[in-house]
Amino acid sequence: MSLAASTGLARPDAPLARRNPVAKVGAGLLLSGCLIATLDPVAPAVALAVELATLPLFGLRLGVLARRAAPLLLAVLGIVVALVLFSGDRSGRVLVDLGPIVVTTGVLADALALSLRLVAISLPGLIIFATIDPTDLADALVQNLRAPARFAIGALAAFRLVPLLGAEWRMLTLARRARGVDAGHNPVAALRLFASAMFTLLVGAIRRGTRLAMAMDARGFDAGTPRSIAREQRFGAADVILVAAGGLVGAAALAISIWLGTFTPLLA
Amino acid sequence: MDTHVRLEGFGWRHAGRRAWAVRGVDLAVTRGERVLVLGPSGAGKSTLLAALAGLLAEDSGEQEGVVTVDGVDARAARERVGIVFQDPQTQLVMSRVGDDVAFGLENRGVPPGQIWPAVDAALEAVGLNLPRDRSTAALSGGEQQRLALAGAIALRPSLLLLDEPTANLDPAGATMVRDAVRRVLADRRTTLILVEHRVADVLHMIDRVVVLRSGGAVVADGSPESVFAAHGDALAEDGVWIPGRPVLPRRAGTPAGEVLLWARGVGYRHPEQPEPALDPTDGRVRRGRALAVLGPNGSGKTTLALLLGGLLEPTTGAVVAAPALADGSLTAPPLARRVRRRPGDPAMAPHRWPAAALTQRIGSVFQNPEHQFLANRVDEELALGPRRLGRRPAEIRSTVDDLLGRLRLDRLAAANPHTLSGGERRRLSVATALATAPPVIILDEPTFGQDRRTWIELVDLLAKLRDDGCAVVAATHDADFVDTLADGVLRLGA
Repeated sequence: MSLAASTGLARPDAPLARRNPVAKVGAGLLLSGCLIATLDPVAPAVALAVELATLPLFGLRLGVLARRAAPLLLAVLGIVVALVLFSGDRSGRVLVDLGPIVVTTGVLADALALSLRLVAISLPGLIIFATIDPTDLADALVQNLRAPARFAIGALAAFRLVPLLGAEWRMLTLARRARGVDAGHNPVAALRLFASAMFTLLVGAIRRGTRLAMAMDARGFDAGTPRSIAREQRFGAADVILVAAGGLVGAAALAISIWLGTFTPLLA
Repeated sequence: MDTHVRLEGFGWRHAGRRAWAVRGVDLAVTRGERVLVLGPSGAGKSTLLAALAGLLAEDSGEQEGVVTVDGVDARAARERVGIVFQDPQTQLVMSRVGDDVAFGLENRGVPPGQIWPAVDAALEAVGLNLPRDRSTAALSGGEQQRLALAGAIALRPSLLLLDEPTANLDPAGATMVRDAVRRVLADRRTTLILVEHRVADVLHMIDRVVVLRSGGAVVADGSPESVFAAHGDALAEDGVWIPGRPVLPRRAGTPAGEVLLWARGVGYRHPEQPEPALDPTDGRVRRGRALAVLGPNGSGKTTLALLLGGLLEPTTGAVVAAPALADGSLTAPPLARRVRRRPGDPAMAPHRWPAAALTQRIGSVFQNPEHQFLANRVDEELALGPRRLGRRPAEIRSTVDDLLGRLRLDRLAAANPHTLSGGERRRLSVATALATAPPVIILDEPTFGQDRRTWIELVDLLAKLRDDGCAVVAATHDADFVDTLADGVLRLGA
């Protein structure tokens, strides 16, 4: 649902938005993979700076991205609050002393490092999926990674039905009220009601999935004939460079952190 | 004569079923012929089309006899056959118009250079003048079905199968789809086999009518005139909509009673949608009157039905219940839960009533009956509402028995609601709303996809309720239903 809605968030003609989806995913995985290796704040900070600098190349505006990243920012806020309140480490200089709550530089540094890490590791995924059209991704998986069409196109088709589930769920809950069934203030009844509506939703989803599969069968899907390609996905030199750049940025961030002596391996 | 399609002693039994879905069908169709297949629901018409499309996998059931297209087994001839089903939502595969038409061409390995010209030709043939990158989710039902038709004909099949392609559409959408079918068939090179309940709408495009008996065998076969002259009565009895057999109107015989519900500038906008689902609307629901809510798809008929039914809180305006409705003096005693009365009190707004109190006052019947089913047995389903009201077992028993009889469900009392046929499911969903005897009944597309027999039963039942003093509200785009039953009309804009 969010993927389908993502088209239109980014300018599709931006230099990096146009790149092959598989290349974008590859670059993002390499970068995030490097960052996972260290616990220090320097490497994520370097990577984050580069990530934000590439936004215009992906045709994304910071405001649009910030709205998409709202859950992530909320998680960051949660980390800061939780560490400030509950961290056992109260080292460093005392900044604020409110009796039970003592904020020290040590606590703040921990919170900052963790927040930076979380944002820097997740941001590539956010940027990439905001600029990938699901159809293009399925095409690229089939054409460039030789993923079976049965899997990639099948998942793509099933994905189209997801928004229907939201509307269906709404109708189901209203229909239960129409039948005189509501939970009132009883949490056990609410749970039972939820489970029964979920079951009906599932039955409907399976029925629709079966019909979709039949319609796809009727149009010769996965019938043994080799598929031809209506939308060609190229994996060119620029895509190779993008993947390499993803790895390089990650490696550079780690190198800087080692050079500055802040590198803290995840698996020590 | 050039035989295109041949069925000899054809029968099919789905795996795990005791009864044959269809059996003993003998039929030969000439190239270019246009055949309408009729029969009562459950005669296996859809199974027959699935067999012709080569979609009945050998391991999914047991087959008798042979089905051939161009002399080869239908499963091996799938490239020559195109099929369009009823539900637009579940036959579009891709998220963009052009990609969806291209999907079938890709599957059949059409060379890339030929795909897009073929896509454009197919879209043109069905009269869909849209950019290729238009989102399929943004199309109306009529456009989606024409897109499905374009996908089916993109490979230029010699046999086109249509399984009630307009049953889910409003009249404007249905007309668009029928025009597209007519245009596709204009060259007379494509054979058509069509399943459709509403005969009058498709009469102009068919040469031959084949009637199946319940269980499958062909009972009549010939030109539309001869078949309807010889078998018209039997077909009408079986639920087929035969042209020239109108149903007599059932107008209210009594003067209008008091107003039970007011819609006062009521409107609704879903929090995540930019456009309102229903623009501010005024209306009155009276005792002893049947009110039809009309309007094209997307005009908010369903939303209004939900608002009047007290299921949704309006975002503008209000739905106000008459004190007599709110305080329960109209409902059959004993009252389970009282709703306080004071004009202007929020208790007058049905969406604030507890669910059990609501079912005694306003009954809602949803478009999709399955949304309303909660029990594992038909009789349990009917007992659920009264039980929630705390009625005594003996009383519940008699209510259930009465409804089972009135709605011809008595032989299905122990069946699972989800296994019933379309008509049975519809009757059961209406019966569940009647079980708590509310003075207001609100129905969303009650006659949607129903055969003539169920249709007449529903109209008679609703006419009776109205004449007994109930208020009946139906959101519908069924013009016959409006002509036959409605005493008043509330028209919503697009």
